[in-house]
Amino acid sequence: MNGGDILSLITVFVLAAFVGFEVISKVPSVLHTPLMSGTNAIHGVVLVGSMIVLGTAHGSLQITLGFVAVVLATVNVVGGFVVTDRMLEMFKKREPPKKDDDGR
Amino acid sequence: MSLDTGIRLAYLVAAVCFILALKGLSGPKTARIGNLVGAGGMLLAVGMTFATPGLSRFPLMAGAIAIGAVLGFPAARLVKMTAIPQMVAAFNGVGGGAAALIALAEFNKSDPHQLAVYQVVEVLFGVVVGCISFAGSVVAFAKLQELMTGRPVTYPGQQVLNAVVGGGILGLAIAACISPHGWLIAVIGVLALFFGIAFVLPIGGADVPVLISLLNSFTGLAVAASGFVLHSVVLVVAGTLVGASGTLLTRMMSSAMGRSLPNILFSAFGSVVTATTTDGELGDRTVRSGSADDIAVLLAYSQKVMIVPGYGLAVAQAQHVARELAELLESRGVEVVYAIHPVAGRMPGHMNVLLAEANVPYEQLKGMEEANPGFQTADVALVVGANDVVNPAAKNSPGSPIYGMPILAVDEAKNIVFLKRSMRPGFAGIDNELLFDPKTTMLFGDAKDSLTKLVAAVKQL
Repeated sequence: MNGGDILSLITVFVLAAFVGFEVISKVPSVLHTPLMSGTNAIHGVVLVGSMIVLGTAHGSLQITLGFVAVVLATVNVVGGFVVTDRMLEMFKKREPPKKDDDGR
Repeated sequence: MSLDTGIRLAYLVAAVCFILALKGLSGPKTARIGNLVGAGGMLLAVGMTFATPGLSRFPLMAGAIAIGAVLGFPAARLVKMTAIPQMVAAFNGVGGGAAALIALAEFNKSDPHQLAVYQVVEVLFGVVVGCISFAGSVVAFAKLQELMTGRPVTYPGQQVLNAVVGGGILGLAIAACISPHGWLIAVIGVLALFFGIAFVLPIGGADVPVLISLLNSFTGLAVAASGFVLHSVVLVVAGTLVGASGTLLTRMMSSAMGRSLPNILFSAFGSVVTATTTDGELGDRTVRSGSADDIAVLLAYSQKVMIVPGYGLAVAQAQHVARELAELLESRGVEVVYAIHPVAGRMPGHMNVLLAEANVPYEQLKGMEEANPGFQTADVALVVGANDVVNPAAKNSPGSPIYGMPILAVDEAKNIVFLKRSMRPGFAGIDNELLFDPKTTMLFGDAKDSLTKLVAAVKQL
């Protein structure tokens, strides 16, 4: 990687930091938990990095590290989005309530 | 358009999806679709990675993804709503762990002596922050899951030890920049794991959600660092977005509790305060405790009842019974409103989720600002398993550790009913004057049992 590449990554980093601050400036407290969980799912993008590491690994140490990283990152992605969706599912308007459906 | 350009463009689209997801998640109407947009972006990014030239071991990759999905999906689907906070901690921890592992693997791939200092710094950042986030999340999970005590764990010299370990990490990191050896990076990783544990131990259970939010933003930064290591723009964008928005969210959460972040992280809040509660005071004051029948009459003949749910309701899984009682009262013409403190439950917004799960209509849920003026006209404030969030000490007693925390104005209601397990103070460990107020009636017991008794008693009227 040459000096230009690192500079463009730093540029992206700085701009993304500003976007991250600006985009959630006004959040009702009701949504704090789902938002935390949603951002938690988004950093699961580390899965992409883990796949690249596993796909270019040499030797058993790197393969093991890459493999474990892919497993962990997938748990992060899948679990993160599913659990966030479950929380948000609760916010939709309901018809007159029925009997307790505790069972799931 | 070459395949490589296509993949880069797809990553750009994914990055835009993540930004839109955050935007969507910050509004109640758009939140769910926002989350789906984020998931769509993720699917695109992962799908494109499979098409990346120069990668091999796709079957192994697919296998690893399958294992991860088999572990993650049922966990997220089946977890009880009350256990959501620790689930988020767990998912956050594994993400941090993955970021640390890929930084390690990339370091192992390279010839250490060919690395420029900034590249070593990228690796170190990924390893250290990823390990702290992983270990910290494990402890946070254990605290919330009650695998260990939720109280702050303190021991003599704790701050000194933490400072020494932190300084050690920094010192070794500088050494690693000068002469990057694999074993040095490994030692730093182990120290960072230790630091993650030591850093979380003194934080009390009530503050753990804020901590999880902080660790979440740490993981974002670790992911951004691994994006630098791998020269992956999408990792840098997504990681930084989470790092920045997570930091802001952490501050919002701590200000909703009326606390500053340093106060939460370094004060070992609960332990100090418990020591200051005086048992003597309790002895010479009287507490009025009522029977379920008395309280049922009070409730049933009111015009307006405001229910204040707290963590006690959540742990007792009493949200369904609470709704049943509310419906019963409404069928008798009583106006029922739920007044929800921003930090009711274990996390901001957690209580809303629990009540929504029990089919409580969204319109009955009032946030603090909206609910507070209503207490003046309320006949009964029914406090179910909440304590600190209604404690007037936050308003009147400047010496109190919760002074300054916004509270629900339960004291303005004509009658107050506390459903509580005991006279024990809440999480913050402070006595609540309100329990001794002449207009307060206590009904002791598990929130679910008490509510069930109330439902039965109201039905008999």
